[in-house]
Amino acid sequence: MNELDENALTVVKRFMYVNRRAPYGTIYALECLEVVLVAAAFDQDVSVVFLDDGVCQLKKNQDTTGIGMKNFSKTYGALDDYDVEKIYVEKESLAARGLTADDLVIPVEVLAADDLRDVMAQQDVVISS
Amino acid sequence: MLHLINKSPFERNALDSCLRLAKSGSSILLIEDGVYAALAKAAHAEKIIDRMGDFSFYVLGPDVAARGLSDAPLIEGIDVVDYEGFVDMVAEHDATQSWL
Repeated sequence: MNELDENALTVVKRFMYVNRRAPYGTIYALECLEVVLVAAAFDQDVSVVFLDDGVCQLKKNQDTTGIGMKNFSKTYGALDDYDVEKIYVEKESLAARGLTADDLVIPVEVLAADDLRDVMAQQDVVISS
Repeated sequence: MLHLINKSPFERNALDSCLRLAKSGSSILLIEDGVYAALAKAAHAEKIIDRMGDFSFYVLGPDVAARGLSDAPLIEGIDVVDYEGFVDMVAEHDATQSWL
């Protein structure tokens, strides 16, 4: 194996997944969660961000029995099992919807846009949904 | 006229356009992601509160519950309906307009 191939195997890139959609109305939220869980198996530096309507994905007490869809909000709890520990929620998006970190299904780091901007700028790959 | 809003007011302007163009006395039913417009503590709540005198507002309960909003304060004066109520509303109004 030459030197280039070895580097390709050992380099760790910073991947950020940006969630901006509400759950259930479209398939984006569920699809992104599944992508994150698959990607977590590849030992990269993964972070997940929720902003705009994406913060609604994490709202507690979701009950989908009335709409005949799978309640996937419990699956966000698996992120920790997959060692995805960098989970950020934009402060401004929460506030605009009258929500706080206490309303969310998992512990998150709430960041103001001024701070989230810097975290975003440090990424090698940003995947948006 | 029964107006149906199924888009989040944070992401689309369907509710804005409906409020601008719907005739006074119309009914407006928030469904799917449109239910986020009913959040009392949200930044845009005034948009609906200011028009309570012009329109009757309704929200679809199963879509509220699915999104975890059953415990969140909704704007006072918005009536929660179930699927049966939705069907009744469609039957009672002479026409339905979906703001997709």
